[in-house]
Amino acid sequence: MMNNTTSVIFAGVGGQGTLLASRIIGRVLLDGGFDVKLSEVHGMSQRGGSVVTYVKYGEKVYSPVIDKGEADYIVAFEQMEAARWLNYLKPEGKMLINTQKLPPMPVITGAAEYNADIIGKIAASGAAVKSLNALELAERAGSARAVNVVMMGALSNELGFGGEMWEAALSGCSPAKALDINRKAFKLGKEA
Amino acid sequence: MPQKTLMLGNHAVARGLYESGVTVVSSYPGTPSTEITAAAAKYKGEIHAEWAPNEKVAAETAIGASIAGARAFTGMKHVGFNVAADPFFTASYTGVTGGLVAAIADDPGMHSSQNEQDSRNYAIAAKLPMLEPSDSRECLEFTKAAYALSEEYDVPVLLRLTTRISHSQGVVEEGERARRELPDYQKNAAKYVMMPGFAKLRRVEVLERERRLREYAETTPLNSEEDGCPEMGVITSGAAYQYAKEALGDKAGYLKLGLINPLPTELIRRFAAKYKKVYVIEELDPIIERHCKALGVGVIGKELFPEIGEFSQSLIAEKILGETVESRAFPEAVPSRPPVLCAGCSHRGVFYVLGKLGVMVNGDIGCYTLGATPPLSAMDTTVCMGASVSGLHGFNKGRAGGYESKAVAVIGDSTFMHSGITGLINIAYNQSNSLVIILDNTITGMTGHQNTPANGLDIYGEPAPAVNLEELVKSVGIKRVTVIDPYDLAETELVVKQELEVKEPSVIITRRPCALLKNYQKKPPVSVIPERCAGCKACMKIGCPAISVSGGKAAVNRTLCVGCGVCGQLCKFNAFAEGE
Repeated sequence: MMNNTTSVIFAGVGGQGTLLASRIIGRVLLDGGFDVKLSEVHGMSQRGGSVVTYVKYGEKVYSPVIDKGEADYIVAFEQMEAARWLNYLKPEGKMLINTQKLPPMPVITGAAEYNADIIGKIAASGAAVKSLNALELAERAGSARAVNVVMMGALSNELGFGGEMWEAALSGCSPAKALDINRKAFKLGKEA
Repeated sequence: MPQKTLMLGNHAVARGLYESGVTVVSSYPGTPSTEITAAAAKYKGEIHAEWAPNEKVAAETAIGASIAGARAFTGMKHVGFNVAADPFFTASYTGVTGGLVAAIADDPGMHSSQNEQDSRNYAIAAKLPMLEPSDSRECLEFTKAAYALSEEYDVPVLLRLTTRISHSQGVVEEGERARRELPDYQKNAAKYVMMPGFAKLRRVEVLERERRLREYAETTPLNSEEDGCPEMGVITSGAAYQYAKEALGDKAGYLKLGLINPLPTELIRRFAAKYKKVYVIEELDPIIERHCKALGVGVIGKELFPEIGEFSQSLIAEKILGETVESRAFPEAVPSRPPVLCAGCSHRGVFYVLGKLGVMVNGDIGCYTLGATPPLSAMDTTVCMGASVSGLHGFNKGRAGGYESKAVAVIGDSTFMHSGITGLINIAYNQSNSLVIILDNTITGMTGHQNTPANGLDIYGEPAPAVNLEELVKSVGIKRVTVIDPYDLAETELVVKQELEVKEPSVIITRRPCALLKNYQKKPPVSVIPERCAGCKACMKIGCPAISVSGGKAAVNRTLCVGCGVCGQLCKFNAFAEGE
């Protein structure tokens, strides 16, 4: 299959700010001179359901969709979402996982159990894994809402691109009052 | 050099409206189309944008603006065109003065819809040209092309989008806004008064126009050909083109159709003749495929590809090349994460009470359709916008009055404005003892907070006259109208029981703003007093995402909880303490 693009999945829970994350990375990639496609789903699934954003870039991107076994990186904003999307990772791909747990309704009602030792099981599958407690880092940066930016800091280590490009994207996409917190959150994620 | 930006397909359509010199945009929100009109409202001063009560009103507004000589637009989701179809079938006869374009956003895969209809069928039935872009860049370009086509052929033009096109971002180059002079208004009854004498003459024009459009389809640059290996040719359009291109690359040649109604004839014959095998790759209905087969062109289509859901590059690689992708799997099942009513949602208490009373619930379209999901599970039907109210009337007539004290309709404020009021008029006029509950959360919630005719704000957030729901309901002949607070479970239950028993039509308005609104008055999160909690899980019956049970005791997620206090009313042990 023709595939000289890089594919990144953001997997999270409605309300975790995956849309801001996709704005930040979109800006970096556009400034980097790439063809870029980002795909997200709005509407009903956003009400606390699983949400996913596909990010693809390269010289020329056709499909905006990432299929099973195609993602170079999966940025999971929550542990169970990491497990859910594992089969989308390329054999040589890497997972970045926020260790935060958000129990879904079937777990809350007791109809199902939250999987134990998700990160261990993902690592045992042979996938490269980097896990971090993005919620704690976000709180340290000044707001629990900055989990998304912490994860972008962690992703920046994988994708490269100059620090000034990420800074331009951060300052271009953050609301003015959140910029300082977001800068701290990005740095903490990068250093984690 | 023109500025390159990353844009949602929907935003690119809005940019296309701006660059085409469009001045009037009227729509009703609907996923995945909503962002077109929301983005058009950003060009305030140059474009008049508005949220109309429903798609039919929006379409007629756009048609009126076109007759006035302006370039006009209406955008909607696929099922919205069912509502707007009436004016458009006849606007096909009248044609346009200023260019008129309607975007219809289909939802293959039903990410946020009640059905999976293929709007291309409408283009065929109404004899309207339809364009289908395959990425954000084309969203902008095809929108501009649609206005040129509309004015040149004197016809409303449909722009077909799908969720994946509307909600994907791609690179777009922005251009300048076209300067247009508004022509003087000239009465032309023979063109615009569609009574039989005139309509019969216009019908002839429609057929002649369609003949000319078929010729145009043979040569338009909207349809493009890419040569490739003679083994395999692919006829496709929209998102399916991108999937095919990624899966097959230069193993195939492509005929990419940008004008999907009317379809070309000779172009397809010439293309097909160059290849050993020709595949038609299209999501949903086999429309291009049937056209090809009717021409006697042998193609492979739905015998290989599904008529259901979205396609992807893997699907095409698997079906045509027999290639499958290797992937690892998580070693055990992962619980699903379905969407839920938000913490503090004003609909929750109502559905809890309806479930407790065990009544038959006619549901409607909005966030509150989630009242059908466990643990609330308090909904029997959901069909389309407004169907709860008229459906309840029919249900009660069908049960010959036997269910009037055991059945209700629930409908949101925005949906009630859309098409609930006409059903209520029917209840009053044709007398069924029906109980309609209007869930007034002061906003269109599901599609991301659009203002409504009943909340006192226009699309720009400026003050606007507000429909008074109580007065409106009374004015159609409903005498019993009660307004209640859905956070108060005892009051909600009492009033619902009482209104079910009365022997006349009745309306309850449950009033609390959506908990996600910026100006929502959050209270501090509630907390659980562990020594009082008996671990009985009564508080779990409302399906609040902020409540869970751990270690045999209830626990509250302090980030999610907005202090609505509904959970505490379910607790016999007073284990919930108000936050401080």
